[in-house]
Amino acid sequence: MSLTLEKRDTFSTLTNFLVPVISIVVALLIGALIISLSGFSPLTAYYEMFAGAFGSGYSISETIVKAIPLMLCALGVGLAFKTVLWNIGAEGQLYVGAWAAGWVALSFPDGQSWWLIPLMMLAGFIGGALWGLIPGILKASMNVNEIITSLLLNYVAILGVDYFVYGPWKDPKGYGFPFSPFFGQGAWLPTFFGTRIHLGIIFAVLAALILYYLLKSMRLGYEIRVIGENVLAARYAGMNIFRTILIVFAISGGLAGLAGMAEVSGVIHRLQHAISPGYGYTAIIIAWLSRLNPIATVIVSILFGGLLVGGFSVRSLGLSESLVYIIQGIILFLLLAGEILTRYRVVWRGGSRG
Amino acid sequence: MENDVVRMVGIVKRFPGVLANDRVDFEVKRGEIHALLGENGAGKTTLMCVLAGIYRPDAGAIYINDRRVNIRNPRDAIKEEIGMVHQNFLLVTPYTVTENITLGFNRPKLFLGRKELEQEILQIGDKFGMKIDPQAKIWQLSVGEQQRVEILKMLYRGAQILVLDEPTAVLTPQEVNDLFLTLRKMASAGHSIVFISHKLDEVMKISDRVTVLKKGRKEATVNTKDTSPKELARLMVGKEVLFNLRKSEGKKGEVVLSVKELQALSDKSLPALKKVTFSVHSGEIFGIAGVAGNGQKELSEVIAGLRPARGGKVLICGKDLTSMPPLKIIEEGVAYIPEDRKGVGTVGNLSIADNLILKNYRHPPFSQGQFLNLRTIKNHASSLVEKFQIITPSLDTSAKLLSGGNLQRLILAREISCSPKLMIAVHPTRGLDISATEAVHQMLLDQREKGAAILFISEDLDELTTLSDRLAVIYEGEIMGIVNPALVALEEIGLMMAGKRIETLEKREVKA
Repeated sequence: MSLTLEKRDTFSTLTNFLVPVISIVVALLIGALIISLSGFSPLTAYYEMFAGAFGSGYSISETIVKAIPLMLCALGVGLAFKTVLWNIGAEGQLYVGAWAAGWVALSFPDGQSWWLIPLMMLAGFIGGALWGLIPGILKASMNVNEIITSLLLNYVAILGVDYFVYGPWKDPKGYGFPFSPFFGQGAWLPTFFGTRIHLGIIFAVLAALILYYLLKSMRLGYEIRVIGENVLAARYAGMNIFRTILIVFAISGGLAGLAGMAEVSGVIHRLQHAISPGYGYTAIIIAWLSRLNPIATVIVSILFGGLLVGGFSVRSLGLSESLVYIIQGIILFLLLAGEILTRYRVVWRGGSRG
Repeated sequence: MENDVVRMVGIVKRFPGVLANDRVDFEVKRGEIHALLGENGAGKTTLMCVLAGIYRPDAGAIYINDRRVNIRNPRDAIKEEIGMVHQNFLLVTPYTVTENITLGFNRPKLFLGRKELEQEILQIGDKFGMKIDPQAKIWQLSVGEQQRVEILKMLYRGAQILVLDEPTAVLTPQEVNDLFLTLRKMASAGHSIVFISHKLDEVMKISDRVTVLKKGRKEATVNTKDTSPKELARLMVGKEVLFNLRKSEGKKGEVVLSVKELQALSDKSLPALKKVTFSVHSGEIFGIAGVAGNGQKELSEVIAGLRPARGGKVLICGKDLTSMPPLKIIEEGVAYIPEDRKGVGTVGNLSIADNLILKNYRHPPFSQGQFLNLRTIKNHASSLVEKFQIITPSLDTSAKLLSGGNLQRLILAREISCSPKLMIAVHPTRGLDISATEAVHQMLLDQREKGAAILFISEDLDELTTLSDRLAVIYEGEIMGIVNPALVALEEIGLMMAGKRIETLEKREVKA
């Protein structure tokens, strides 16, 4: 007797929707088990989390603040995944974008001009794009495994920013803490309705719409879909695969860089050690959950923003906020398992006679 | 029969959508070399994988020494003294020869000294004329030596019945000779050998008996000394009824494709094309006959720009396009129907409409600058679906859900809609049923009528001789001769497919 996987000839669009939903539900159930094992009531904890994330105007606004970098990173990562390029370097690209934007802001400490923020955006995008192009070029020209290069470059970027905030850019009035001086007010992204929600939300939603349009009705989007599905057919159709890989890595890294810019310009207002609590990694889960669909990415990012914010509020119960990361991890596991079940069906091969 | 070591009766093996083996009977005698001959996809490897325990048959029985056996996995096969050497070697490259041979094979003696093992391996090698260094690491060995390790591994495990899956495909001529000597020695020591091949001359040279498979069925088993390459070619390629084709006289125009002394390497970096020269005119179907794997795939890929030439030239309408990128060649009006419809010719997860613009999405009316014109793309798709009778539930259906015949119609519709000057068609009817085959034939003839030059590569001699205006035969990367199919006998083409040059066929003038 054995358990084998048999390839499905077709899979329905319904499973496309059900797999993410069931993954989340089952992850929450397993999370509930963990919560009750730690001696708390799962219902109270989840109620607390939900209330913390969506229970009031303030909590919703905080959820959206967290969702902005997640959205931008996940859109970038999702585009790369669509091309079957495993860019898991969004975290590092975010840091380089933040660094480049910070460099512009710190160069004009008294800058009030209208062009300062656009210049920071440009710097952030280009910074992330260049950082993304390193694995991109290595992949396109020498077929170097981009999973490894993009992942390892994260550490380089994070430590590189550390170098600046512990060293040359350290705030002289900062009592030795690892952060730069505050940016001038002219380098702060405007916020809305007296909350911390900043202009970055507009970039992120706009980016999602543009990517949706790009994939649906632009030549580049068509090329990305063909290359992602069947690279031999792309070659046969005369597509320039080398160029497309570079463009995708540049956009993917650029969007993460923009996330970094938005985070330092809109929320933190300076460079510091640990700008991101792993947005670039969470983005990978979001991209998968949203099935690489840019519009779905916006919604899923808000859910995950809520998960992060809600995680803070369970601390008041005495639960560790690492619960949130446990749930995130379980979701990813279940998603990957679900991925297999959408393509294959499990078959019992009973008996010993054929 | 008494001295049948292996008797397979009524073996049926289905894969999704394919009947790989259809009630096949197969017997092997003690001490014989039995060739299993057939085209690609005829079911040779499947049948032997059933014997070696890799596949379980859907029906049928296997007898070893007249005892019915139930082979459920390769371990059972080894117990029955059956060993198979696959085309892709299953060796652990950083390990030594000895380690690979003894790996995972537990004999009663658990702690046998390394020296003893090496000695034993050397002895087996000596007995059958296989030189090997037991201490060498696999990655240091040539392909031929690695094959020897695989054979030794099977002998070490006590295989009396040895199956070799296209063993010569990766070998140099000298290595082939060495292998044949080894096989002879093994046979005279009482081993039985099944030799899978699609090369007629090898089969004639090495085997005692030949079983020919065609499309999953057994055509015949013959004694090698009572048969000829002619007969084998005919059994292998077979007859197919062609009817209802409208073929006009044709008006041959000027040269469209001119290939001069073209050379190229295969995926395994062996020479696949050796100074191939021919030309194709407009309004002409130029057929290329040959058993698959003799350079046809490489030839089509080099012309389409998908594989670099290692010498020689490809001229299209007088322009030198040797080793140009595929886009450049597409833009010159070259259409290409690749052998692999699913893997190369279409994108399975994209819609029919998306697949129909694969070649011309860059240009108006399908796109303006960077923007696709979705409405035009849809209209284009619906008119092609109608014109070429592609049966599909909708234009948004994924291409992978189409049947083989409909998928081929889709590819042809797309390629023809680009009004090509040159069309390369590689095995365009392989695996299609009769009506789809006929539709493909008619489309090729219509293109000929419209003045396109058509390079038509196939294994099926009947369709080649029916459709082609001129026919070249390719063997091991060389053109054996170019003939007018109306004036030449099938047997002569069969001989050329087996490697006889046209000059050596002492016959009436057959040159076109």
